[in-house]
Amino acid sequence: MSGEILVVLEHDRGETSDTSFQAFGLARALLAAGVGSSITAVVIGAEADALAGGLGAYGAARSISVHHGELTDYAPEAWGDVVAQLIAARAPAAVVATGTDRGNEVLAHASAIVDLPFAANVTDVALADGLSLTRVRWGGSLLEQARLQAPVFVLSGSAHTFSGEVSGDAAVVVEVLEPTLGASAARTRVVDRVTLAAGITLTTAAVVVSGGRGVGSADGFAPLAELAELLGGAVGCSRVVTNNGWRPHSDQVGQTGKRIAPELYIACGISGAIQHWVGMMASKHVLAINTDNEANMVGKAEYAVIGDLHKILPAVSDEIRRRRANA
Amino acid sequence: MAELRILVCVKRVPAPGARITLTADHQGIDAKNLGFTTSPHEECAVEEAIRLVEAHGGSATVLTLGAIEADEQLRYAVSVGINAAVHVTHATLAGSADWDAQATARALTEAIASIEATDGAFDLILFGNESADSGGFQVGVRVARSLGRAIVNGIKGITIADGMVTAQRESTSGFEVYQLELPAVLGVKEGLNLPRYPTLPGRLKSKKVQVPVLTAEPVSGGLTMLRFDNAAELVVQTTMLGTGPEAAPAIVDLLEELGLL
Repeated sequence: MSGEILVVLEHDRGETSDTSFQAFGLARALLAAGVGSSITAVVIGAEADALAGGLGAYGAARSISVHHGELTDYAPEAWGDVVAQLIAARAPAAVVATGTDRGNEVLAHASAIVDLPFAANVTDVALADGLSLTRVRWGGSLLEQARLQAPVFVLSGSAHTFSGEVSGDAAVVVEVLEPTLGASAARTRVVDRVTLAAGITLTTAAVVVSGGRGVGSADGFAPLAELAELLGGAVGCSRVVTNNGWRPHSDQVGQTGKRIAPELYIACGISGAIQHWVGMMASKHVLAINTDNEANMVGKAEYAVIGDLHKILPAVSDEIRRRRANA
Repeated sequence: MAELRILVCVKRVPAPGARITLTADHQGIDAKNLGFTTSPHEECAVEEAIRLVEAHGGSATVLTLGAIEADEQLRYAVSVGINAAVHVTHATLAGSADWDAQATARALTEAIASIEATDGAFDLILFGNESADSGGFQVGVRVARSLGRAIVNGIKGITIADGMVTAQRESTSGFEVYQLELPAVLGVKEGLNLPRYPTLPGRLKSKKVQVPVLTAEPVSGGLTMLRFDNAAELVVQTTMLGTGPEAAPAIVDLLEELGLL
């Protein structure tokens, strides 16, 4: 099956995140499965022009820089319109993005406009009577085998599943596209931004100190916050914590919260239900601190300490301060 | 502006336990030992609709496409303060079975058009950002596009004033603000609010409310579910670093080893 694979590169005013380039990993998996013959990157907004020329390193043969006055900031309807126009004009073999909030939103708009099916959060692809694919349900705790039959395969790759690493150093041809957008494209766009947390956040922190029911109260998070601060990390929590109002929902990790991939996830008093696990399973290392050595989290973690987090965490913070003072 | 008319679209989903058990033929979730609930994002959509009506006046309606048993979720929404409910169903919607996103969106769009033809247009339609079970991330967008209305997903804050809705969406460092003219559609997320519990008068009202039942025909799109499998269980060898506060030095050793100090 020849043709282009369009990769919609996610960025925020030209800034990429670690998940942005994972869309190329899915595109390369499609190529390997026999879908499409080349990768074309779609870089929307002039502020991202600097990215377009470097995408050969991720497997792109071509980059399309899309310029328009309505595309200076993220705008879901306008981005969807652009992708739909590219589908209509270029008849690609497939269109892919990373399955983030924005990636899924843009592909939903594009596929709605051109009335194509859209498979979100795909983990595996094979060519067979259409496209045979695996996608995640329940935020990652259940896998669905499905068949996608369509003239253009529209897919998002489940975040932290496909490689976002550089795969070569091929040259890339950059072309500029100046599309005509309908008036409706301007209806939904970012009109203001409010920064609540400068610097390290839950999604960017190398260490996340996270608490669950075992923390017991809002005040109980003090030793978690203390350790997170000492390590330059962030505080996270499970759903029961936000349902109890102990922490803001923006701290929640899991199916209905954030998906994170820190170097180390310290799970304190978290039983480890699957809905929580899917939010932090991409962590490089997991340390569980729990009074119950039978807890799911303890069984699944690479490291575990059994005991009361309210006694253990202050001791850890003291030990860090002691070693730093002696260093 | 006149009183608000709000519609909330909800989905009945199995209340997940710690582990999801599949039926023997891998075609569905074995719900024998599970209750059913409203998908979490949509519970917050229901709560938000009630709060908006409390603040601005008007009425809120809940709509679902689902099995006959989804009547339970519609009546629950009424028990917490929603004014009216509409149920779209079909014989193929039983247990945890659902339609693909294109068929679902088509049926909901038709139902909304038919409600609006009789009762007038909705100022605001709320969807959950994605359903907890199938996680397609697209039904709200498809419906909004079909109705020719603006939609933004991922919303965790809503304010209505002067015919405009201001919506907040979480970003990595704070939030982004969107402003849409009504009528509009929003895909909302858990965290928008903390949903209330039913009251006794609410429960009584929910038992009496008339719920019109419409039928729709499934017009399937191109994505067909073949089977479900549980995600591979991670097998790890857990290294025990110790017990109690005496384990602190071992934990700090680990932090050093990982280069995190």
